[in-house]
Amino acid sequence: MTVTPEKSTAEKSPQQPQSPASGADAVPKPGGAEAPAAKPPVDMVELTIDGIPVSVPKGTLIIRAAEQIGIEIPRFCDHPGLDPMGACRQCLVEVAMPGPPGPDGKPGAARQMQGPPGRMKPQASCTMTVAPGMEVKTQFTSPGAEKAQHGVMELLLINHPLDCPVCDKGGECPLQNQAMTSGRPVSRFEDIKRTYPKPINISSQVLLDRERCVLCARCTRFSDQIAGDPFIALVERGALQQVGIYEDQPFESYFSGNTVQICPVGALTGAAYRFRSRPFDLVSTPGACEHCASGCAIRTDHRRGTVLRRMAINDPAVNEEWNCDKGRWAFASPTVGDRIELPLVRDAAGELQVASWPEALAAAAAGLRGTKSAVLTGGRISVEDAYAYSKFARTVLHTNAIDFRTRQHSSEEAQFLASTVVATGPNGGATTYADLEAATNVLLVGFEAEEESPIVFLRLRKAFRRNKTVVTSIAPYASRGLTKLGGTLIPAAPGTETDVLAADAAADALSGARNVVLVGERLASVAGGFAAALDLAERTGAKLAWVPRRAGERGALEAGALYGLLPGGRPVRNVEARAQVAAAWGVADLPTDVGLDMSGIIAGAAGGGVTSLLVGGVDAADLGAQAAKALEKAFVVSLDYRPSSVTAYADVVLPVAPHAEKAGTFVNWEGRTRPFQAALSTTALSDYRVLDLLADELGVFLGVRSLAEIQREMSALGAWAGGRYHRPTTTASLVPQPAPGQFVLASWHLLLDKGSLQDGEPFLAGTAHPARARMSSVSAAAVGAADGDVVTITGPAGSVRVPLEVTDMVDHVVWLPANSAGCRVSDLGVPVGQLVTVIPGGAS
Amino acid sequence: MAEQGKGGFFSEMFAPVGGFGVTFATMFKKVYTEEYPEVKRPTRPRFHGRHQLNRHPDGLEKCVGCELCAWACPADAILVEGADNDDTPGGTGRFSPGERFGKVYQINYLRCIFCGLCIEACPTRALTMTNFYELADDNRADLIFTKEQLLAPLQGGMSAPPHAMAPGMQERDYYQGKVSGDGS
Repeated sequence: MTVTPEKSTAEKSPQQPQSPASGADAVPKPGGAEAPAAKPPVDMVELTIDGIPVSVPKGTLIIRAAEQIGIEIPRFCDHPGLDPMGACRQCLVEVAMPGPPGPDGKPGAARQMQGPPGRMKPQASCTMTVAPGMEVKTQFTSPGAEKAQHGVMELLLINHPLDCPVCDKGGECPLQNQAMTSGRPVSRFEDIKRTYPKPINISSQVLLDRERCVLCARCTRFSDQIAGDPFIALVERGALQQVGIYEDQPFESYFSGNTVQICPVGALTGAAYRFRSRPFDLVSTPGACEHCASGCAIRTDHRRGTVLRRMAINDPAVNEEWNCDKGRWAFASPTVGDRIELPLVRDAAGELQVASWPEALAAAAAGLRGTKSAVLTGGRISVEDAYAYSKFARTVLHTNAIDFRTRQHSSEEAQFLASTVVATGPNGGATTYADLEAATNVLLVGFEAEEESPIVFLRLRKAFRRNKTVVTSIAPYASRGLTKLGGTLIPAAPGTETDVLAADAAADALSGARNVVLVGERLASVAGGFAAALDLAERTGAKLAWVPRRAGERGALEAGALYGLLPGGRPVRNVEARAQVAAAWGVADLPTDVGLDMSGIIAGAAGGGVTSLLVGGVDAADLGAQAAKALEKAFVVSLDYRPSSVTAYADVVLPVAPHAEKAGTFVNWEGRTRPFQAALSTTALSDYRVLDLLADELGVFLGVRSLAEIQREMSALGAWAGGRYHRPTTTASLVPQPAPGQFVLASWHLLLDKGSLQDGEPFLAGTAHPARARMSSVSAAAVGAADGDVVTITGPAGSVRVPLEVTDMVDHVVWLPANSAGCRVSDLGVPVGQLVTVIPGGAS
Repeated sequence: MAEQGKGGFFSEMFAPVGGFGVTFATMFKKVYTEEYPEVKRPTRPRFHGRHQLNRHPDGLEKCVGCELCAWACPADAILVEGADNDDTPGGTGRFSPGERFGKVYQINYLRCIFCGLCIEACPTRALTMTNFYELADDNRADLIFTKEQLLAPLQGGMSAPPHAMAPGMQERDYYQGKVSGDGS
């Protein structure tokens, strides 16, 4: 599934770089300097399996060596991503080791490994590593191994309920399959099976049926080793052994869905998919997850026009075999029942009325024609859609006022993106998941890996477990994610990150041989933050990567949906860059204005400088305090598939396709392209197609009618190889000075919250972490609130009331989840890093 | 035409009505015509006719929505969707004894070839075939039989689901024949 575009780069000459969005990495490899370091020679071990000689690296497990020559040994507990366990004993094989060397120094004849003398002792091939001269006989050549496997299978099935007809795993069950290939035709067991009450909830989303469990410990090992949430464990002994949960701690893992996917029987099932379908009903479509910038490869399974489930696909370069619960289960939002399927036009009475497409396009065109327009795209659009918005803004609306950053942002961030991030990719030496895994030291700034990019978190955890990578985070408090990474915290109040990055502690955290700095989009709320991070990376020789939260941000950057940039990272103010794009687009010239960023657009619309807005998939809460006024005043054309706080103000609403119904490409934080196909075939149009229709109505040929057309144009245009914007330089940081009773607001989005893409999935919402305000004990004492008390946090626009959790964190700071149930930070009317007041009490 | 005129006078005279001789003779032979549809002749007992979804003695459905019939069907005539039995107060109710029941069940008799593989596949003996064979219609929709049409009629002692399992009984008791019609 990996879409690393070696092929297309190989076809082109190195002087002709391509845009990452077009299926290649942007920057040509600088003169082979990036050649991979020569790997140390690997000790190879020679052995035979079923008489076939095979040579594998030292330390390889027998079961892996057998896979290499196409011999499949049945197994349940073995999983390449987990540590060997040898729990199920299904993979027994016969092994013979070379005898002691004779007088000539050569190893003697192979001798069978035996238990009692004369009796072959089968060995578990999933825990035994290869040795030179070993002779392995699997079930194909050894009657003893076959008999042993049959015996184990019979024992495993003794307490298995064989309720395959009602089991969700039926039809894709390793136990079912291997009972057929490696089991006895009939059971000799005639007693009563052990039974348990059917299913118990491990969490609101994951159900456990203990009767079906074969005690392979894949789920407990996954929770323990991969996710780091050891909330389930094997309890009891013997026949009563079972997977148990801690009574007082709920299984609030963000990765619990993976345990459902790797369970080799139907013991763990997801509540949302329960009894919904059978594998042979499902049509699978490979794709990419739309929820965050990690870029997981996923599979969307649908039946008769309904998406029923999504699974992680094994992509070793990106998500390995895992994904997060949000990516797995949050796909129901288009089906909650409020889908916009037909265009809406606001009538004279101010009500949105259903209209025909020609009518709505005419109304939108009439409202946009001759106005000062601006474009806001959400962070979740595909590269192709972003390209269409970018082209639409420049050639139809004749403006550079376009911004994809519908969140807290700064011009310093735009400068950082244009100078450092845009048009880089894995083939150009940009930071990758592999770099994270190999890093000695990783510094996180303005970035909470587990909440904002869960697969980055999993890779960092793997690096921590396997390679002892030292993770350091600059944040107000040590989150659970950081604790699971064994990380250290450099405490920093919001706004002080710049100073912390300049201090020695940050440089000390990057003292290893291979250092990586990951900056999140939240650093935009800190004046001078990006400049300080660049300084630090230069000072310590660390690699620097920007990890946005939303899936479309990086692609939108590459496609030029930012005021200062044209597609491929071309600076707007560069004459040659403009000429290249103008030639590709077949227009005489492109707008040369400075453009406006998101806050400029909203301020302009509120003040009257911008009179019309084209908004694609944005929530008004993300647009700042003036959003309502701006949307009220301007003529708004909204492209969305569900009613939102923007469509409530829109004059024309044009329906677009949700993720499952469109094809396209995302670019993940690495700069890697992540194409996805349309799972459902519907009449819904993707944004680019709607923009093409709208441009036609306005009398401009936009030329973005199909994905192929856009991709051809983007790859022909390629990436910019000329001069870039200057990197931001350090500016003095602005640290607010809280008066008594005032606190600096810190906040970030939790992975599972009230985001509109998670609507319609109550089981998933049940595993979201409850909203808690966090303050240090000193701060809590200052307001007179104790742990668990409800506190009221008030900003200029409103207040939220949440229970307080006294946390070991910096003083004078209050942390709130950005958009959780009962706690929406946008209601306060202040951005992160500003002052709010906290008082105890208030009904939560 | 060369033979024409070769016969005698009588044979030529009766030639135009000679064919009626066959008719006349047949009038005295045994009649094989069946007076269908007025008289319906019973089929052989194992004739593959229309399907039926059976019930447990207390009226709960035997179908667990496992889709094995749909899986076995070579003509792709069967559509099943399972769902959860929910007998919590205020829930959607219980239709079968176990966890799962067949929420949607359709057989398309335009496609069905009456091979009976679905019957063999059914793990709960929920699906059997009746001897009913009058399956003809003039439109497609009426030949797609839904669950309501396929369910066996309620017999004495049965009550229509949703309702709870018989008191004190578990799922396995149903399959061991311990549940009888009057709710015991």
